[in-house]
Amino acid sequence: MQSETRSKAFPFLAAFFALFVLFLYGPMIAIFILSFQGPEGGLTFPMRGVSLHWFANLFEPQMVGDFGGSLQRSLLLAFVVMVLTVVISVSAGLAFRRRFKGSTTLFYLTVTSLIVPSILVSLGIGLMFRVLGWQPNWWSSALGAHLTWTLPFGLLIMFAVFNRFSPSYEEAARDLGATPWQTIRHVILPIIAPSLIGVAMFGFTLSYDEFARTLMTSGVSNTLPLEIYGMTTNVTTPVLYALGTVTTVFSFTVIGVCLAAVTLTRRRRLRQGSDAGKGVF
Amino acid sequence: MSATDAIPSAKGPKGLARLGAEAVSWLQAAPLTLVLGLFLIFPIVTIVIVSFWDYSEYALIPDVILDNYTYLLSSPVTWSIFLSTLGYAAASWVLTLLIGFTVAYFLAFHVRTLTWQIVLFMVCTIPFWTSNVIRMISWIPVLGRNGLVNQGLMGVGIIDHPLEFLLFSDFAVILAFVHLYTLFMVVPIFNSMMRIDRSLLEAAADQGASAWQTLWSVIVPLCRPGIVIGSIFVVTLVMGDFITVRLMSGGQGASVGVMMNNEISLLQYPAAAADAVVLLAVVLLMVFGMLKAVDIRREL
Repeated sequence: MQSETRSKAFPFLAAFFALFVLFLYGPMIAIFILSFQGPEGGLTFPMRGVSLHWFANLFEPQMVGDFGGSLQRSLLLAFVVMVLTVVISVSAGLAFRRRFKGSTTLFYLTVTSLIVPSILVSLGIGLMFRVLGWQPNWWSSALGAHLTWTLPFGLLIMFAVFNRFSPSYEEAARDLGATPWQTIRHVILPIIAPSLIGVAMFGFTLSYDEFARTLMTSGVSNTLPLEIYGMTTNVTTPVLYALGTVTTVFSFTVIGVCLAAVTLTRRRRLRQGSDAGKGVF
Repeated sequence: MSATDAIPSAKGPKGLARLGAEAVSWLQAAPLTLVLGLFLIFPIVTIVIVSFWDYSEYALIPDVILDNYTYLLSSPVTWSIFLSTLGYAAASWVLTLLIGFTVAYFLAFHVRTLTWQIVLFMVCTIPFWTSNVIRMISWIPVLGRNGLVNQGLMGVGIIDHPLEFLLFSDFAVILAFVHLYTLFMVVPIFNSMMRIDRSLLEAAADQGASAWQTLWSVIVPLCRPGIVIGSIFVVTLVMGDFITVRLMSGGQGASVGVMMNNEISLLQYPAAAADAVVLLAVVLLMVFGMLKAVDIRREL
């Protein structure tokens, strides 16, 4: 496909791709614009003035259920899920480099976790807590529910990483007298660092936006997606869009920071060679 | 061979080193096993057990009865709900596959530099990390009664009355599924396409194959793993969906997830559990069918 001239299909495919991108982002842009509606404005175009009215509205507690509290819970939960996802995925990724008894079963169990419908996980955990007489909470049952969704992604990324990982680095470290822990800390972790940022991003954003798995596991306090869902049924003003804009901008910021971090680590590595062993991680 | 092989060392945790390679692997895999055991296996076992329980308006009554299943399987309502869910899955699968394949094909074979491929690929995948609920809500100003599409069509004069079927309908549900899940097709198919040895395409062209023939006889067969993985994602996500059908159909559409959620809100947990068991069986059967075609572990 390195031919000098573009194929005849190119303009059609390019147009198709452009339409697809418009399809992906168009609606999001629409609510972004509409969240700046004037105080008299409604849920659809035209704009009746431009204001920050609905953003201010968002922070008045009586208008929207418990925006602040649910945001706090979601952020904290996402952070904990992120940390656990990274640690557990790396640990399991290291284990899976070798066959061990039960490794195939564990692998298929992880894949199952990915394809079992979210609502089933949600119902199952909710029921389990109910039957055992435990109180479901966002930091216990919902945390577990989120991990069943983020860990498979984390582990699959680790597979992809370790499939391309040359064992000679570790062998060299060991020949030089490094302990197993030193090898992990100063050789393996620095090399896989950019992928870890990716795993962390999956962990954070998937948890932060998770709805179905939280539905029956969050107990009495809502997370942000549940709060937003509640709003869709009883809020008919652009404050809904303001909330959408705020959380989407936040998601984009997280994604942007992660991608920038990955790019920077890669660049630094290209410039300096590997920083493995320098202990700068 | 790995660093964690049993080599006694001065500083390392000696106990760990002596345990042997197998034990180290187990220790490393233990947290994952624990989480999946506690929050995947136990809950599913609970669902299966509770699906045989009896219930009253107020309480769950431990028992072993088949009533939940006989009711489920003998009710024409549940059959039609399962059929409607399968319908959503089929429509979403066809559309996401066609769109996803075309997008991946463009990215893999018609975008020339790696940098642009990465940039455009990211453009396609970024929405995956944003909120699904928000992405559904964002269709309201576009498809609503006074939304952009209706305003546009009326402005041009194609229609005199707003089209009512655009929002809160089966059309809207499938549109939202395609909107949310096409990237689950794009990513694995793109991944498969990037592994295709480009010399195969040159060989096909040298033998006189048209672009269309190359696509159909070389690229599509080699993309089968990606297609299968994408299909598994889309089908399982749609089969288990609750919120998309609920939001986008305006409460009129029926799916297994919506039915389960209604039963749960009425505290009919055993009935919901029986639905869940049947749903899981259906989904797993579909997945096993698709997995026959590919070894996923080799595709990573």
